[in-house]
Amino acid sequence: MADTITLSVNGAPISVPAGTMVSTAIASAGIARYRRSVTGEPRGPLCGMGICFECRVTIDGRPHCRSCQIVCQPAMEVRTDA
Amino acid sequence: MPDRIYDVVVVGAGPAGLAAAARAAESGRKVAMLDDNPHPGGQIWRAAAGKSPREAAQWIQQAERAGVEWIAGARVFDAPAPHSLAVEMFTGDCQVQYSSLILATGARERFLPFPGWTLPNVMGAGGLQALAKSGLPISGKRIVIAGSGPLLLAVARYMLHHGADVRLIAEQAPQSALLRFGLRLTAHPGKLMQAVSLRAGLLRVPYKTDCWPVSAQGAERLESVTFRRAAGATWTETCDYLACGFGLIPNLELATLLGCRMTHTGVEVDSRQLTSVPGIYSAGEATGIGGLELSLVEGEIAGYAAAGSLDRARALAATRATHARFAHALEQAFALRDELKQLPRPDTMLCRCEDVTLERVRACTGWREAKLHTRCGMGPCQGRICGGAVVFLLGWHSESVRPPVLPARVGSMSK
Repeated sequence: MADTITLSVNGAPISVPAGTMVSTAIASAGIARYRRSVTGEPRGPLCGMGICFECRVTIDGRPHCRSCQIVCQPAMEVRTDA
Repeated sequence: MPDRIYDVVVVGAGPAGLAAAARAAESGRKVAMLDDNPHPGGQIWRAAAGKSPREAAQWIQQAERAGVEWIAGARVFDAPAPHSLAVEMFTGDCQVQYSSLILATGARERFLPFPGWTLPNVMGAGGLQALAKSGLPISGKRIVIAGSGPLLLAVARYMLHHGADVRLIAEQAPQSALLRFGLRLTAHPGKLMQAVSLRAGLLRVPYKTDCWPVSAQGAERLESVTFRRAAGATWTETCDYLACGFGLIPNLELATLLGCRMTHTGVEVDSRQLTSVPGIYSAGEATGIGGLELSLVEGEIAGYAAAGSLDRARALAATRATHARFAHALEQAFALRDELKQLPRPDTMLCRCEDVTLERVRACTGWREAKLHTRCGMGPCQGRICGGAVVFLLGWHSESVRPPVLPARVGSMSK
């Protein structure tokens, strides 16, 4: 498990240990706001287990991905500002 | 959509699901175990850095050796026909056919709204632990833990062990109730040891009973949390994270969709863990919050029963009864106090998906009107988060579930 994976979060490269969840990679990049709510409030992960949908982000162009249930892959492009 | 056919299908790969799958497969049945997570173990046995806890690893190995087929990242979103489930996976979709089905869908945290609860870095207690286990750096972070239940202690210990600066554990239950519960623990030596070792690891952290968060403050993320004690004192703690959950509630969406009858605590089951629907069993937290040991024994009973090994299922009845008594004591000790109903202000968001405030929902006559008029509970989580709060605050239980029980890709539903 010593391998690291490099992906990008909002265009900036970040390296994380293999097996890291996307949600964690985003937090490691210093980001707390994963999305804006329908009235514009900042939101981040709440439940950590795929129920609340607050951690949803765009991955490789696909919107509404629950970042707490998806494992980082090499060269993945993650956006919280899409 | 390709079909897969099994004797027994287990939904959920936590302790109950693993035990059920292992016992059914050991009894000679062709078994599949599905879970929406990438690894088996459920939330309580969530792997950290790719490594499962020892007890989890033993059950996972047992299930593997017995020939259980493990289907990861599988989300059941519909039951299109009897004995059939529609499943969405990372790799594509399939229909899964079963003779017997075991619902071991587990539990989620109960969240109660209070001003500021929607700020980034306010998370569930289990929620923050889940993120930490998947690599969130918490060393040196200031964390306050609040809500109710034994999970708060387990989370605090994990955070401390990984270098976090745990400032406070705020338990809403009164000290008197916990003392009564502590006395009952003496009848369960294993549980008592767990409680003692949990507490011993936390001696440096203030553990305040009769205490709860009243508001969270911050601009774009959490900066501080204000607490109150039943005696009336309020004060503010600065912190990086608030880990806050008010106990657990069962995940009942799939059982509801399948038409299983409910009790006031979860899915109704008989002595074999059979639900009101022939061929469908349920085990673990879905049948009522009871903890790890009860989940395991219920899973074993369901696995044996679904495989037709009724003698083996019956032999576990006494063990189950013992653990069920403990679960009942737990429920009483950590019952939510009425003051928590005053936590949200009229303009506090109740539904986080659609940004619906408490006052807008309270103006409605019930769930149906609230959904139609305010869209409360109609967003992506489909009421999973606000539902538990609505039951506690307004006394409304959700009546029905319609497929898809999770947001699914349009392509998945049109096949």
